[in-house]
Amino acid sequence: MPLRLLKFGLVKSYPESRMFRQRDRLRPTYDAVIIGGGGHGLATAYYLAKDHGINNVAVLERGYLGGGNTGRNTTIIRSNYLTPAGVKFYDQSLRLWQALSETLDLNLFYTNRGHFTLAHTEASLRTLRWRAEVNKHYGIDSEVVDPQTVQAACPHMDLDCGGAPVMGALYHAPGSIARHDAVAWGYGREADRQGVEIHQQTEVTGIRVEGGRVTGVETIRGAIATPKVICAVAGFTPRILDWVGLRSPLKIHPLQAMVSEPMKAWLDPIIVSSSLHVYVSQTARGELVMGASLDPYELHSTRSTLDFAEGLAARMLDLFPFLSQAKVVRQWAGMADMTPDFAPIMGKTDIEGFYLDAGWGTWGFKATPICGKTMAETVARDRNHELIREFSLDRFSKYALVGEKGAASVGH
Amino acid sequence: MKIMTCPINGPRPISEFITAGAVKPMPNPQTADDLTWADYVFNHDSVPGVKREWWCHTPSNTWFIAERHTRTDEIVRTYLWEAA
Repeated sequence: MPLRLLKFGLVKSYPESRMFRQRDRLRPTYDAVIIGGGGHGLATAYYLAKDHGINNVAVLERGYLGGGNTGRNTTIIRSNYLTPAGVKFYDQSLRLWQALSETLDLNLFYTNRGHFTLAHTEASLRTLRWRAEVNKHYGIDSEVVDPQTVQAACPHMDLDCGGAPVMGALYHAPGSIARHDAVAWGYGREADRQGVEIHQQTEVTGIRVEGGRVTGVETIRGAIATPKVICAVAGFTPRILDWVGLRSPLKIHPLQAMVSEPMKAWLDPIIVSSSLHVYVSQTARGELVMGASLDPYELHSTRSTLDFAEGLAARMLDLFPFLSQAKVVRQWAGMADMTPDFAPIMGKTDIEGFYLDAGWGTWGFKATPICGKTMAETVARDRNHELIREFSLDRFSKYALVGEKGAASVGH
Repeated sequence: MKIMTCPINGPRPISEFITAGAVKPMPNPQTADDLTWADYVFNHDSVPGVKREWWCHTPSNTWFIAERHTRTDEIVRTYLWEAA
C-alpha cells in the first residue's frame, strides 16, 4: 500500500481510473433496465452480470450514484430480526457483507462493533428475549445480557437514562458499520467492469406497458425498449407504481439523522434504544452518527427539522450526559418507504417484466447485498427467489403479512 | 415549530397533533369481498399532492380534517367533519 500511495505523490496525472465510465448516450434497447442508482439497484446490476451473465443492462439514476437513501442511512448492519423470514434474509446479507470488501476489491470500512439493543421496560425486555430465541434457532449470534454487561462494553453510558433505567439488552456480536457511499461506488465499479451501463442524471418519466407486460421506459434522454424493468427507488416508488397502475400500502415518511463533530474514539459498540428512539455509533473518523424514529406523518421531502435535532439531542444526553458540550455538525433526511408490516416488498408483480424492490423503510442499507443477489436471480429466472417469497406485493391482498417488529425506529 | 390550525382551538404547535391517515370511504364490511376489504385496509394513495387527512388535536381531543400537500407540507385548510 505505501508504494501505491507514493505513486499518487509522484505522477502528474491521477493514477486511478474513474470508478465507472461516463456513457454518452443510451442504447435503444437493453435486456433489463434498473431504475435507481442506489446500493440496491447497483447490486442487482452487479449480480445480474456476475451470477447470470446478463450484462446488457442500464442503471438509470435521476441524480447521482448513492445520493438517495444509500447515502442517507446510519450504516448499521445486523441480522437480529424477529420473524423467520426476516432473520434468514438478513443473515444471508450479513454473510455477503463480511466478504464484500474483497468481492468488490474496495475498502468499505466494514467494521465489526457488536450491537446492543437496550430495554428500559419489562415489555421491551420480553420482545428482546423473543428475538434472541428466534435468532438462536436460526443460528444467529444473539443473546440477552444484563445491564452490567452493557456498562462494561460502554463505560460512558449512564444506565439510569434520565429515569428510564436500562434493564437489559439484546447483544448481537456481528453488528457492524460500513461506509455507505463506498458500497454504491464498489457495486457500480464492478457492474461497469462487467459491461453494465450506468447513466446518471437520467430521470425516468414513464414506463411503457402493453397487454400487461413491460415494453420499455421513457426518460428525459429518450425512450428505451426493454422487456424487464426493476424499480429500486425507495421514496419515489409510489409515483412509479402509479404510472403502471399498481396499488400498494407504501407510505413515505422522512427519516432524519445527524452527526456530531469528530471526537476521540470512546464508543466501540453500536447502541440502540427503541424506547428512547436513539441509535448511535462512532465512525472511524470519530463522528457520532445518530438516528431516531421516523417523522410522525407522511411527507415526500428530505427537509430537516429543529424539533428532531432537539429531541434526539435530549435523548442522547439521557444516555451520555457528558456529551452536553458536543456539537452537531450535519443533519439530513431520507424518504423512507414504509410498509404496514415493516418488511420489504420484493419480486415479481402483476405486470409481467416489472420487478419491485421497495418498502425498504428504515431497514434497506443492511440488506443491500442480499437484495442485489435475490433480485438478480428473480429477474434472470423470472421466478421469485426462495428468500423473498414472503415479501411479494400480493401478500397484502392475501392477508399474509410478515410482522417484522425487529426493524429499527419501530416502537415496541 | 410548524403550526397547525385546529378548527376549535386555533393555531397550535404541530407536536400537539396526531394524524390517523387519509380520509377514505369504508366499503360495507358485510358485503365487501376480501380483495376490496384488503384494498381498503392496506393500500394507500401515496402519490404526493394535496390530500385529505384525519387529524386530532390531542390536548382537547378535537378530531378534524386537514387538507395538506404531502410534498411541500403546506396545510391548505382545516375544518370539522360537520363542515365538510
